[in-house]
Amino acid sequence: MDKLNLDQHISQQFNADLEDLKTQLLEMGGLVEQQTINAVNAITTADSDLAERVIITEEEVDHREMKLDENCTMVLARRQPAASDLRMVLAVAKITRDLERMGDEAHKIAKMSMHLTEDGEAPRGYVELRHIGSIVHQMVITSLDSFARFDVDLAVKVAQEDKKVDQEYKSAMRELITYMMEDPRSISRVMNIIWALRALERIGDHARNIAEHVIYLVKGLDVRHISVKEMERQLQQN
Amino acid sequence: MEAIAENTAKVDNMIDTKKDVQNNSPESADLSNLETVGIPFSDNAKMSMRDVDVFYGDKQAIHGVGLDIGQNEVLAMIGPSGCGKSTFLRCLNRMNDTIDICKVTGSLQLEGQDIYDPKLDVVPLRARVGMVFQKPNPFPKSIYDNVAYGPRIHGLVSRRAELDEIVETSLQRAGLWNEVKDRLHAPGTGLSGGQQQRLCIARTIAVSPEVILMDEPCSALDPIATAKIEELIAELSENFTIAIVTHSMQQAARVSNRTAYFHLGKLVEVNETEKVFTNPDHSLTEAYITGRFG
Repeated sequence: MDKLNLDQHISQQFNADLEDLKTQLLEMGGLVEQQTINAVNAITTADSDLAERVIITEEEVDHREMKLDENCTMVLARRQPAASDLRMVLAVAKITRDLERMGDEAHKIAKMSMHLTEDGEAPRGYVELRHIGSIVHQMVITSLDSFARFDVDLAVKVAQEDKKVDQEYKSAMRELITYMMEDPRSISRVMNIIWALRALERIGDHARNIAEHVIYLVKGLDVRHISVKEMERQLQQN
Repeated sequence: MEAIAENTAKVDNMIDTKKDVQNNSPESADLSNLETVGIPFSDNAKMSMRDVDVFYGDKQAIHGVGLDIGQNEVLAMIGPSGCGKSTFLRCLNRMNDTIDICKVTGSLQLEGQDIYDPKLDVVPLRARVGMVFQKPNPFPKSIYDNVAYGPRIHGLVSRRAELDEIVETSLQRAGLWNEVKDRLHAPGTGLSGGQQQRLCIARTIAVSPEVILMDEPCSALDPIATAKIEELIAELSENFTIAIVTHSMQQAARVSNRTAYFHLGKLVEVNETEKVFTNPDHSLTEAYITGRFG
């Protein structure tokens, strides 16, 4: 048969447009990943400069979200992509939204960190913050890797990790609530930690969403709103 | 911002290691042992084709195609130029009989009846399986006579009133009645391109066919006339079975229930249209509809 070049579009510009979307998304992802780890470090080390940086970066993330949305609209309108190209543009648009929300959550953690600097250190919760923070940070990295490499196995790993984060979050909640009941004077400070943990847990959820969009992008399978087990089963069948 | 510079470096690393979205390299797309993927057959087939080979002299244009067209279904056939989709379409009402060197083998059935049976008269067959061509080709007659031509030669009517009724209903179904009802005796060739094509569709449906074959019916039309024909295809599918060959993938995506992808005379994939355009099964289909052939 004819030697076909299936990697490239006939239109070089179309290739460039899609490549641009990918690059821009990964750059935005890099920013959010940095924001996440900075926010965790800011709150655990009471570094208000770092917290300030997280808050400033938020604007840049928002700006990139709007730019990416505009570019996705442009590709849809001008190229009418189909099949994997269509899935790529849809996935980029959805992942962009999740990244922006992750940025918002990191911003919240930075705010909590500033409250704690003002109100004084919380008596508990830092170990949990560091622990969950490190799992969630890794999830963000893995979800972005799975997109960059179109790697479904990495995406599944993110979903598995999300389950772990949910468990860790619940157990941290139980412990902190018990502590507050014992020492009601600590409530306002411990609440700051709780809000930060909640934000981290949400970042984990968004990383899982990204992983689900990657699975849709690569396999064309919609694996939202199902258990990790079911996700694995469907992928095995595919 | 230093974070951005850091991340750009990371991104570059990530992009270097990227793989193809689908794990289908061009090498894996070997056509010699190709089996059609997807759902080529239907439980409710109006036309049923099996192991169809078509030769022009020594050259084989279609290789072992098996495909059903379901009752009241709109089936789109897409593929690059020269892939055999029009040749295949023309087999379905023996239009290829007019080409001396063309030989068709295999089984082609309309409701269980072999349409290549030597005893079968092609004239009634072509009344049951009508065809609309790429270029509107009205007869150099009046609008009325264009539509009345078929019913007259097939002897479908005995009285003038009956013929009037067929002409009116056919033009209405083709969405042309309101535009031409006051000038039915003006020449059909005086209509605009889009109107002429709808006139040809009215002429086709005037003989109450069961299947309508359309060979790129909109490629000579502007977007508005195209939209009208596409609208018409959706309405006609309530009463007719339609097979359409089109070069416009967006058109296939808009009008059809299933889409068949042909490549170098072989039927590569047949699937629900939505599936073909979001997540096709075969790498060649994917490459074609995403514009990667070149």
